[in-house]
Amino acid sequence: MFDSLQKGLQSAFKSLRGKGKLTEANMRGGLEMVEQSLLEADVSYQVVQEFMGTVTEHALGEKVLLSLNPDEQLVGIVNQTLIETLGPVDNSLPTGQDVNIYMMCGLQGSGKTTTCGKLARLLKKEGITPLLCAADLQRPAAIDQLHVIGDSLGVPVYSDRENKDPVQVCNDAVKKARADGNKVVILDTAGRLAIDEELMQQLKNIDRKVQPHQVFLVVDGMTGQDAVNSASAFNDALELDGVIMTKLDGDARGGALLSVKNVTGVPIKFIGTGEQLESLEPFRPEGMSSRILGMGDMVAAVEAAQELVSKEEQEKLEQQLAKGDFDLNDFRNHMQKFANPGIMMKMMSLIPGMGQMRELMGNEDHTGEIRRMVGIIDSMTAKERKTPKVIDQSRRSRIATGAGVAPQQVNELIKQFEQMKPMLTGMAGGSANDKMEMLNKMKEQAMSGGKMGPREKKGTGARLSAAEKKKAKKLREKDRKKRLKEKRDEKRSSK
Amino acid sequence: MAWNLFGGKKKNELAETSESDSSNPEDGESDSPAGDGGSSDASPADPTAEKKGFFGRFKQALVKTYSVLNTDVRDLLKNEGRLVDDDFLKELFAILIKTDMGAGPASKIRDEIKSQFRGRKVYMADFIATAKTTIREIMDQPERPIEYAESGPTIVMVCGVNGAGKTTSIAKLTNMFIKDGKKVVLGAGDTFRAAAVEQLNVWANRLGAEIVMGSQGGDPASVSYRAVEAAVKSNADICIVDTAGRLQTQTNLMDQLSKIRNVMQKVVPEAPHEVLLVLDATAGQNAISQAKGFSAAAGCTGIVLAKLDGTAKGGVAIPIRQEFDLPVKYIGLGEKEDDIALFNVDTYVDALFPESFGQE
Ligand SMILES: Nc1nc2c(ncn2[C@@H]2O[C@H](COP(=O)(O)OP(=O)(O)OP(=O)(O)O)[C@@H](O)[C@H]2O)c(=O)[nH]1
Ligand SMILES: Nc1nc2c(ncn2[C@@H]2O[C@H](COP(=O)(O)OP(=O)(O)OP(=O)(O)O)[C@@H](O)[C@H]2O)c(=O)[nH]1
Ligand SMILES: [Mg+2]
Ligand SMILES: [Mg+2]
Repeated sequence: MFDSLQKGLQSAFKSLRGKGKLTEANMRGGLEMVEQSLLEADVSYQVVQEFMGTVTEHALGEKVLLSLNPDEQLVGIVNQTLIETLGPVDNSLPTGQDVNIYMMCGLQGSGKTTTCGKLARLLKKEGITPLLCAADLQRPAAIDQLHVIGDSLGVPVYSDRENKDPVQVCNDAVKKARADGNKVVILDTAGRLAIDEELMQQLKNIDRKVQPHQVFLVVDGMTGQDAVNSASAFNDALELDGVIMTKLDGDARGGALLSVKNVTGVPIKFIGTGEQLESLEPFRPEGMSSRILGMGDMVAAVEAAQELVSKEEQEKLEQQLAKGDFDLNDFRNHMQKFANPGIMMKMMSLIPGMGQMRELMGNEDHTGEIRRMVGIIDSMTAKERKTPKVIDQSRRSRIATGAGVAPQQVNELIKQFEQMKPMLTGMAGGSANDKMEMLNKMKEQAMSGGKMGPREKKGTGARLSAAEKKKAKKLREKDRKKRLKEKRDEKRSSK
Repeated sequence: MAWNLFGGKKKNELAETSESDSSNPEDGESDSPAGDGGSSDASPADPTAEKKGFFGRFKQALVKTYSVLNTDVRDLLKNEGRLVDDDFLKELFAILIKTDMGAGPASKIRDEIKSQFRGRKVYMADFIATAKTTIREIMDQPERPIEYAESGPTIVMVCGVNGAGKTTSIAKLTNMFIKDGKKVVLGAGDTFRAAAVEQLNVWANRLGAEIVMGSQGGDPASVSYRAVEAAVKSNADICIVDTAGRLQTQTNLMDQLSKIRNVMQKVVPEAPHEVLLVLDATAGQNAISQAKGFSAAAGCTGIVLAKLDGTAKGGVAIPIRQEFDLPVKYIGLGEKEDDIALFNVDTYVDALFPESFGQE
């Protein structure tokens, strides 16, 4: 999808290259494509509209850079705006009280109970043993589910199968935690619809009478347009403190997260990337942004590439890379594997800024290109393959003659080898998310290498300083007041 | 508003990175013997009340969708009709997109309206007729209840992504069949998720169905095999096998579904007669990828669209119907055993755009 977005943008901007500034008129086609892509990613319609407004504002008047394709430039702006919107990062779990109460809430089946376990595991690693409280008295075997999870972690679970009142169960759990010295209590509430007034009232009662310090909304990563409605309803009822999005281990693009962030304004804390209790990752706006823009494809491409390399080879490669003795021989072997169904092309086209490489690889028959590259390496001596640095002008012409190519192509190959190295390092290990991050970094490098000029506002992904937090909190407060006021006005005017 | 940065207010930081592969433990040893579900209080309801209930419930759920469309479209058209220009078409597109039908079908309906009415004034009745026709054309399916085996038990396999509503939908189907006087055997094929077996067992006991269970972490294929075997032995009418939730991108887990199919065929060569894919109606465009992935791996024969009571939109059914030859068979309308209805296109479209539309 990113693939097609990129391609579409390329043709939309063909005439634009190196000409003047980005204007609303000359960006129109490109903006529409971005809009379409966001809708495909399940960002809610009204949120897409607002977002596109911001992007247009950012982009307007920027010079069309010679060094970059305008499509890459626009994608860069979109990406940056997404990162800013999804951030800032705050993965903290406050433990300042004697007993800290966290409450999970959300729609049915979103992943609340599993996430209780994931948070408990995280806390436990930090030396805090939380108490899990089974406050879902509705779903068949919900209490058993939490017990199984607690047992597997060695974390206590409070439940009362006779009691039908979740408020009382929660209060009893807090009492027990106080007595037993558990610093954190996590309340697992039943899934409910935001439009189910009775059950929403029940949740409000828990909120009022148990007074959790943190209320987390758990959102399914596959959610569609409805995300705005449910998230704002939960936020209105409870005043959320954080959002956790689950099931991002698949190919869902997770655009709902943008919607949720937009309507609630609360920080996104973690993402769930699997059913296992260790599959919880701190939220990173950079990774999420690429994903919403269609990096699902990128992950798939990396994974496809990874499949070509056997486990033993991967291990060997990793060792080599760690030792720094990854040479042209290994490069040759890997290149040969990539000479296979469009994988290289796909990876290249997925990384904005890698344009030259894309061109070098040829547009259609890159297998031929790869064969030629292999031919070049085959013309080298063992020493040259081991340490490409020794290749001087005379060696270069010898290799070129041997392989039947221009000396320039030998140079390109060596350059490419240097570029490939970090890419292969990234592929050699780590999770899909690590890979995505790595590719992102490369992309950023490529883009800033493309003289994007001083980038305004960098590092929204960094942890906030105390002062920044204070400022952000103020902003949030202000925004909430504004929101409330708007809502009041709305209500008034609809009366 | 709101494109600014919002702050965290948290003091003690606690964060951790963890990478993981998600894969269910594969193929354990074989499991404990089949347990019989006690037949507890499953009181068959009055069939006429039930029929009315189905239809009523269906409408009721869709009324939410309808009300979104209705008020929006009413605004859009006012009562006296409106000139079909760019603004109009853009607003219309927004309304349609909000149902999760996706950009494709929404553009199709928009363009249909555009080509018919561009530059003219459109009235409620014209609009409704066109929109209805377009959606009906896309959906194009009769009511599709479960198709029974010609002889012997009908084997039904149920699959879908995590938390979609598989187990609950099985409970609803079971309830429906038992009310119909049929004998049902359940197979607790989710041996992976915490207390998944207990969850199905609670339902089996409540509804009075026989259940075949394995141990936690056991081999789902072996449970499925024994469930089908038990259904044949006890002359049951229906055997429904639950499976663990999985994402369509997890190839090893998708292969496991084919394996489950294969072992069923060792007992009943035509099995499974139905493979139902449960989709969460709140899901957005990813549901399309789900339909694709599960069809390929498990050979789905139909869809259960769960949680249609929850979302204001039921539009996800439209692109799925458009892209795959997969009929929507049932819809889920709540968490209780009665909260299920046959999917009916006309009711669906009528509920989206009822005749009384705009008449007040
Ligand atoms: N693939 C994947 N599955 C997940 C993730 N988080 C939860 N799940 C699965 O999603 C399903 C639902 O999770 P639960 O924790 O039971 O959800 P819940 O919100 O407690 O559900 P209710 O209590 O019924 O509302 C289970 O199959 C979980 O294993 C995740 O990050 N990735
Ligand atoms: N409102 C509503 N909730 C539903 C519906 N169907 C299922 N649920 C709820 O959704 C949650 C998940 O349902 P399950 O049946 O456990 O889902 P599953 O697909 O079996 O989940 P896993 O086995 O964990 O993958 C439960 O809380 C159900 O009560 C429905 O039609 N409407
Ligand atoms: Mg739960
Ligand atoms: Mg289940």
